[in-house]
Amino acid sequence: MARSVVSRYGADTAFMTFVALLMAFLYVPIWVLIAFSFSSSRSLTWPIPGFTLDWYRKLFANEDLLTALGNSFYVAILSTLLSLVVGVAAAMALHRFHFPGKTLFRRLILLPITLPGIVTGISMLNMFSLFGMPLSLETVIFGHATALLGVVVTQVYARLQRIPRSLEEASGDLGATPLRTFLFVTLPNLRSAIIGAGLLSFVLSFDEIPVTFFLTGRDNTLPMYIYSTMRRGVTPEINAVGTLIVLASLVLIVLSVIATRDRSGAGR
Amino acid sequence: MAAIIQLRGLSKHYAKHIIGVDDVSLSVEDGEFVTLLGPSGCGKSTLLRMIGGFEQPTHGSVHLAGRDVTWEPPYRREVNMVFQDYALFPHMTVGQNIAYGLKMAGMDRAAARAKAAEALDLVGLPDKIDQRPHQLSGGQRQRIALARAIVRRPKVLLLDEPLSALDARMRDQMRIELKHLHEKVGITFIMVTHDQEEALTMSDRIVVMERGRVAQDGRPQDIYDHPASPYVANFIGTTNFLPATPAAAGRFRVAGGELGSDAAGPAGGAVTLGFRPEKARFLAPGETAPNMVEGRVAEVIYYGLGLRTAVDLGGGASVFVDCLLPDTLVRSAIPQPGTPARVAVEPHNVFVFAGQVQP
Amino acid sequence: MTALRRNLSGALVLGIPLAWIVLFMLVPYGIIATYSFWIKAYPTFKPAFQFGNYVTLFTDPQYVQVLLRTLKISALVSAASLALAYPFAYWLVFRCRWQGVRTWLYMAVIAPLWVSYLLRAYIWKTILGTEGILNSFLMWAGLTDAPTDIFLYNQFAMILTLTYIFIPFMVMPIYTALERIPPNLTEASADLGMTPWQTFLKVTLPLSMPGIAAGFTLTFCLSFGDFIAPFLVGGPDGNLIASVIQTQFGSALNWPLGSALSIVMLVIVLSIVSLSDRLERNSTAGGA
Repeated sequence: MARSVVSRYGADTAFMTFVALLMAFLYVPIWVLIAFSFSSSRSLTWPIPGFTLDWYRKLFANEDLLTALGNSFYVAILSTLLSLVVGVAAAMALHRFHFPGKTLFRRLILLPITLPGIVTGISMLNMFSLFGMPLSLETVIFGHATALLGVVVTQVYARLQRIPRSLEEASGDLGATPLRTFLFVTLPNLRSAIIGAGLLSFVLSFDEIPVTFFLTGRDNTLPMYIYSTMRRGVTPEINAVGTLIVLASLVLIVLSVIATRDRSGAGR
Repeated sequence: MAAIIQLRGLSKHYAKHIIGVDDVSLSVEDGEFVTLLGPSGCGKSTLLRMIGGFEQPTHGSVHLAGRDVTWEPPYRREVNMVFQDYALFPHMTVGQNIAYGLKMAGMDRAAARAKAAEALDLVGLPDKIDQRPHQLSGGQRQRIALARAIVRRPKVLLLDEPLSALDARMRDQMRIELKHLHEKVGITFIMVTHDQEEALTMSDRIVVMERGRVAQDGRPQDIYDHPASPYVANFIGTTNFLPATPAAAGRFRVAGGELGSDAAGPAGGAVTLGFRPEKARFLAPGETAPNMVEGRVAEVIYYGLGLRTAVDLGGGASVFVDCLLPDTLVRSAIPQPGTPARVAVEPHNVFVFAGQVQP
Repeated sequence: MTALRRNLSGALVLGIPLAWIVLFMLVPYGIIATYSFWIKAYPTFKPAFQFGNYVTLFTDPQYVQVLLRTLKISALVSAASLALAYPFAYWLVFRCRWQGVRTWLYMAVIAPLWVSYLLRAYIWKTILGTEGILNSFLMWAGLTDAPTDIFLYNQFAMILTLTYIFIPFMVMPIYTALERIPPNLTEASADLGMTPWQTFLKVTLPLSMPGIAAGFTLTFCLSFGDFIAPFLVGGPDGNLIASVIQTQFGSALNWPLGSALSIVMLVIVLSIVSLSDRLERNSTAGGA
């Protein structure tokens, strides 16, 4: 009895040490990034000589970066909207209808999640050039939406499965056409899934590189700009950008948690 | 009187010879309270859903007030359903739930809300109009579901096992309330249940179903007193079954003696007799009757309202006899196991079924 | 009239995604499949139908090496992520006694997904470099005299970085699978006399297999197709398949070869996904 208590205690300690180390592994680099964004030295050596906000000031004066930032917002918002519309339709189709080739349909929609972005990017690049469409932010939007479809479908479909069938039947019974049932009953119950999927898609689009790399014309998105800066060498401004991105992500995570908390009783 | 619902040869066949509903023809009069009764899997719910438009038959047709609605979707039928899980919209208030059907019909918000309040009054929950479904109890939710279905004044109200999710006490209360509601509102009710007591207490007419077919269709007392088959006799109430061979005209030889029946039995061959435990009585020692069987008391079970005595008639046959206890139980009056007993039953209470039935 | 109307809204719901898939996935894949049979003719390439590109890919040692190296790296990254993610998820689900801590720690592991991928790759470049943070820290702490370059621009750096980036993808499915195991199963097992270790081996581990398969598949496929992190921290070893494809479509102007390589990648990913799907289906069918 005593031995098992001791061994259990030992196991618990070992576990908790492991968890602490893992957390350190994950977060120390991020803290390092934040710390060095305030370093007064150009080189990234330890220890940090002094504290400065210079890098942040340089950031806000950087026209190219700010343009890229604006482009990223533009692309992220539109591709999220597109992927939501097409994704919700796809999830409804998977949920409601039986049709030949349904499995293939589902596999294809989910494929871009695991398929390397480079293949998605290149294949669409070839298609656009074949049809004579010039590359631009708009082609990037189509590329992102294609890559993000799977994310939306997964989340929305899972939620659809949890809505009792009788709710939709009751709506029809009370005189609503399928379209009105969708608008007044299904959609409100999908709210949390749509918001969650939308936020996640937005973040993923904002951060996307491989597909963007091949489909963008002369305009840069933020990650593309940072990538090209990185290839020229490491600079502390990147740390400042990074820190701001971490801050923004934090805000988005909190938003997403609040927004996706189901209203009590909804769709239990 | 006009038949508000007509089912003609309605069938629902699934793949690989699985039959849900088999060639059911039925007529329901306006204002009737009809119950579809049977065990799970007998097709009653499928039948109800076909009337509501949630399933399409493979053969046959459904007619509502003379109109063929077989292929009409639910939103085009003047029929409303109370679902087994109530299906209240969780993202709307009680008032919005009830007004939903009116909104679909084009009523403006103020008028719809007024009608919703009316309906809530009818089911006795006037102050819940702005609450949400998850804040209510099971019984309250059921009444909201009822109000929501009734407010549109459909031609027929369908109820899918409305009382099965309630506890016993709530169930008894709701049985009475539903019956009163039916009388007050005057709409045709079609209810599905597996509880025979519910069917007996609430319905004007019972349709007993067995494996997709109609086993018997009639008033509760007709079905109870004159079951058409051993299945019906066994599903509604309890029945003692005794294998029998014909003796003289109208009389049959059974274990423990001879019984006569007023029922017109099948011509010749082995039959099965049946009678209900409460219709039999014990004879006093030394007393005889023209219609009786003899045996020994095997077991006595007390169930509050009365005593159920099992009497062994020999040859593996035994019957139950139920006696009500109009006064408190007197120990000395309980039949002792092992003592001989004589059971008498009137001929008009004896059923005759063809063939030998496994009890 | 009713039938037509009912079918119209249904047709739209199915039609829109279907049209999208055809236009943005099937047509593009068809195009690169076609290109993969073309032949390189200076200065660009011309239509043909020949398997030369595929033959090159599987016989030319330069490409074979890259393919094998990529597979090896992806496998190592997935294994490392699994080794880190599984104990973590296990502890969270079975051993963590405080509900609040459990939620927060889970979110803490998932949160980095929302932080830029590029940044998470770049961070290790700055940490591991000769002028970087790790080296200067070691010197400051007196553990070394001069900066070493063993940390960066090699396979070790790549595996470390990719594991760092993809751990959340391994944690999520494993955590979900472990959570789904009814607690009374482990209780019953203990009741029947099995030690915690045996319970883990015979009950918990098999039941969490679908989660492991899902996480492994995802991590493997994501590492397999990555070219950015390898470029940043991999040095000469950082030339993985995706980088090769990128070159073929860039300076090398060998679209047919690049397309063939893309198709090979597509086939590999599809096979892994359907293999994992089948494993998942079998394990739930057999065990449930």
